[in-house]
Amino acid sequence: MKKYEVDVAVIGGGSAGLAAAIVVKKAELDVLILERDKELGGITLQCIHNGFGLHEFEEELTGPEYVQRFINQAKDLNIPYKLDTMVIEVTPAKTIYAVNNKEGLIKIKAKAIILAMGCREKTRGAINIPGFRPAGIFTAGQAQRFVNIEGYLPGRTYVILGSGDIGMIMARRLTWEGCEVKAVVEIQPYVSGLIRNEVQCLEDYGIPLITSYTVTKIHGKERVQGVTISKVDRNFDRVIGSDKFIECDTLLLSVGLIPENELTREAGAEISRMGGPVIDNNLETTIEGVFACGNVLQVHDLVDLVTSEAKRAGLNAVEYVKERYDKKVEKKDQIICTSGENVNYIKPDLINRIDLSKDIIFTFRVKRPDRRLLIQLKDDKNKIVYKRKKIYVIPSEMIELKLNLSEHQIDPDCKNLEVEVIPRPEVMIEED
Amino acid sequence: MSAKIKENELPEGFKDIRCIICPTGCIVHVENVNGELIIEGHSCKRGEEYAREEFVAPKRILTTTMLVENGFLPLIPVRSDKPIPKEKLRDALKEIAQTVANVPIKMGDILIKNVLGLEIHIIASRDLIEI
Repeated sequence: MKKYEVDVAVIGGGSAGLAAAIVVKKAELDVLILERDKELGGITLQCIHNGFGLHEFEEELTGPEYVQRFINQAKDLNIPYKLDTMVIEVTPAKTIYAVNNKEGLIKIKAKAIILAMGCREKTRGAINIPGFRPAGIFTAGQAQRFVNIEGYLPGRTYVILGSGDIGMIMARRLTWEGCEVKAVVEIQPYVSGLIRNEVQCLEDYGIPLITSYTVTKIHGKERVQGVTISKVDRNFDRVIGSDKFIECDTLLLSVGLIPENELTREAGAEISRMGGPVIDNNLETTIEGVFACGNVLQVHDLVDLVTSEAKRAGLNAVEYVKERYDKKVEKKDQIICTSGENVNYIKPDLINRIDLSKDIIFTFRVKRPDRRLLIQLKDDKNKIVYKRKKIYVIPSEMIELKLNLSEHQIDPDCKNLEVEVIPRPEVMIEED
Repeated sequence: MSAKIKENELPEGFKDIRCIICPTGCIVHVENVNGELIIEGHSCKRGEEYAREEFVAPKRILTTTMLVENGFLPLIPVRSDKPIPKEKLRDALKEIAQTVANVPIKMGDILIKNVLGLEIHIIASRDLIEI
């Protein structure tokens, strides 16, 4: 078995892995990217629409343009990478086992590991749609890969379930390729992707968006022949008598993404409720020296935010290798971050008390849309340590807060911080 | 808030435009009243500009794929280097569908020059090598 030793191994050569590896290489450490696909770039390569790069480059790029810039930079820096290489195991001692068709089984011993494996789509099984199992049922990202990379059309007439951004972007893409999209069906009472996509991908082409409905039956034995959609009530229960049949030969599912953490879990890292690893404010998992960034940590709506998170993971891995590796492990004194009113989850899960003097970046999502709000951070004695106004929140938009908590008088024995998004009191609204 | 802008050759009638500049999603009413443009319902300057352009001359960046011969992949993602008038998108897509590109391709290479005579080029979105 071929063996390698590196300072930092990066698992995944997509937008997150590339940005992290570039930072590590610039700090003059040995880095190695392991990528399972036949080229670097990851999922951003199949997102051929524009809208990327406004934060990172202050210009609007397509997905391939965005990631090509990082691929070029990685190649200019001579960052080593292995393609067609599938990682099969990560151990808590930071040994990686991987396979590829040139070397067979390989072993990589790393001082630090950056997890950047991205996420995958929920499938029909995750949402339990009854009916036969005909051909013609795809996830939206799978269809995106067929259309934009492989050059195949998955069908001719479509119903798309889920109004996430990929679903809406595929509706326009398929229309441009001469297909007919009959409807985008959304179980929530509101669109789940960006307004921009609702306007430019659906309204521009007269594609109906049907909210508070879901697919309750798939028709057809060999090939999809249509779907039944039904109205749902506030508890998402089917409303009797509301069934409608829509004829189509293909059903696309755009019903959510799950961070891909089989390796992380097997390595023994703690996983949080949303599927990503538990991390501290340095993006370090519960395994010392193992960091996580990008969609493997939390599903992002903008690749620019993946990049900035990955750069932080890279810097923290460098700091670990240079300052903490080989030193005695000290038990961390940590503050737990929890989700309060209308908060679905918050990252980081933990804050190291010794890092309280540093800037801490919080990212979180709300559970439901709302207007005229207050974002508050409370300690375990219900004291408000930070607050700020927010005009509008929506689950599809991740909220980022950069705070230096030393400026906000945290109690020295505080054990828990809770973030909440609550309606703004009337007095404050009048000040607007 | 309302704003009046004088214009020549404005489209007739009115449009209620949903602003895409930020997640607030204001509905902006734009109306041509006897050659004067009335814009109402926006809550910021960028929203006003967006609604005005959407009414007067809506444009979109076109992003699609083009066939490639002997490439590492069968398709190359492409885009227009400037926004294309919305009503010309279909024709531009047709022209792109009838074109086959040759490898090797570098990001930014012009694959169709002056598409539909609009002085807009169709450029490659990524590098692509031979198979």
